[in-house]
Amino acid sequence: MNIKILGSGCANCVNLERVTREAVAELGLDAEFEKVTEYADIASYGIMRTPGLVVDDQVLLSGRVPTRRQVAELLAPLVASAS
Amino acid sequence: MSLAERVGAGSATRRWVGLAAAAAVWVAAYELNVHLWDWLVFDVAGLDPDSRLGSGVHFFFYDSVKIGLLLTGIIFVVTVLRSFMSVERTRALLGGKREGVGNVMAAGLGVVTPFCSCSAVPAFIGFVAAGVPIGVTMSFLIASPMVNEVAIALLLGLFGIGPTLLYVGAGLVVAIVGGMVLGRVHAERWVEPFVFETRLRGQVIDSTIGLTWADRFQMGREEVVSILRKIWPYLLVGIGLGAAIHGWAPEDLFTRYAGAGNPFAVPVAVLLGVPLYSNAAGILPLVEALHDKGLPMGTLLAFMMAVVALSLPEMILLRRVLKPRLIATFIAVVAAGILAVGYLFNAVLA
Repeated sequence: MNIKILGSGCANCVNLERVTREAVAELGLDAEFEKVTEYADIASYGIMRTPGLVVDDQVLLSGRVPTRRQVAELLAPLVASAS
Repeated sequence: MSLAERVGAGSATRRWVGLAAAAAVWVAAYELNVHLWDWLVFDVAGLDPDSRLGSGVHFFFYDSVKIGLLLTGIIFVVTVLRSFMSVERTRALLGGKREGVGNVMAAGLGVVTPFCSCSAVPAFIGFVAAGVPIGVTMSFLIASPMVNEVAIALLLGLFGIGPTLLYVGAGLVVAIVGGMVLGRVHAERWVEPFVFETRLRGQVIDSTIGLTWADRFQMGREEVVSILRKIWPYLLVGIGLGAAIHGWAPEDLFTRYAGAGNPFAVPVAVLLGVPLYSNAAGILPLVEALHDKGLPMGTLLAFMMAVVALSLPEMILLRRVLKPRLIATFIAVVAAGILAVGYLFNAVLA
């Protein structure tokens, strides 16, 4: 699983990465994290509000920092379909 | 009804009852505020209401609580309402709109769309790459910070509904006309080329899909906490300075230099406003005190608009997508609009 955190380094991006890492640990997933900070790359995902969460090139969330539980709920179906 | 549905319905009822209770507490606190400080400052502490110290201290505490309550209430309501709107939906509404109609819509949507200037760059790219004209995009980017919920909450609390509507109307006109002018001078020449080369891939998701009322209320609460945490020092300094001016500044100190008789008062107010970027919270209590001392409303509105709409950090961010020529033109056009608003209201309201 490839997880991208989209954002130019604002506090929200740091918070998003933190809750996502927690959710990944909670679900016991094997995931690599990547930071996307260039505006052109961020915009190419169609995101207009940072931060954004992209998993395996699919945009899951943008514009707000979710709770750990919400991230886990977003990730869970992807794990089920992958296995 | 299944057990899960019954539990869900129960917590939903609790949530609405909780909201109603919070609203009742808010109204009671707002009504009791003036009596509380009358009693504490004049009766308990024994200060004279007619003395400078007494009126200054009363002004400080009463205004701090009043503004805190207004900000809490208005930010919560606005955030919950705005959670039904998204930048994605705004872009879809603006796509394919002609200039003129597009500028008017963009300015209006700039007010209702949840947006922070930290997202100005991705939003700009997203709009332009989706084919929204530059001028229309600019109307959105001017209106969004100018008519923001903090400014509205403070204006409403300190000046009442009249000046608030005046400010909102004037802000919208500056955004509409400013965007039309930028469209007319073919500002797309001065946009960094990579913006037009950006290809949108994948499916665009709407960040508001699937939100429940519980999510929206939580977003409202979080927004209140995060904004208040950010602005409270400025707010207290602003109210403190306001209280000092209120109690101690000589009556004619400000009118002598910046009164209706001085034609340079408006441009000077705009120049002073630029470095105070985005600090509507700290500025408005000052504006109220200056208004009490007789400064004309047009000059003060121009000052406020310069504070919120001409923000140096936002310009530095936008430099990533706009060439210096366009940044300079943007600043010139918005500043000219604000000056016009200042002179017009000074003339009309005099």
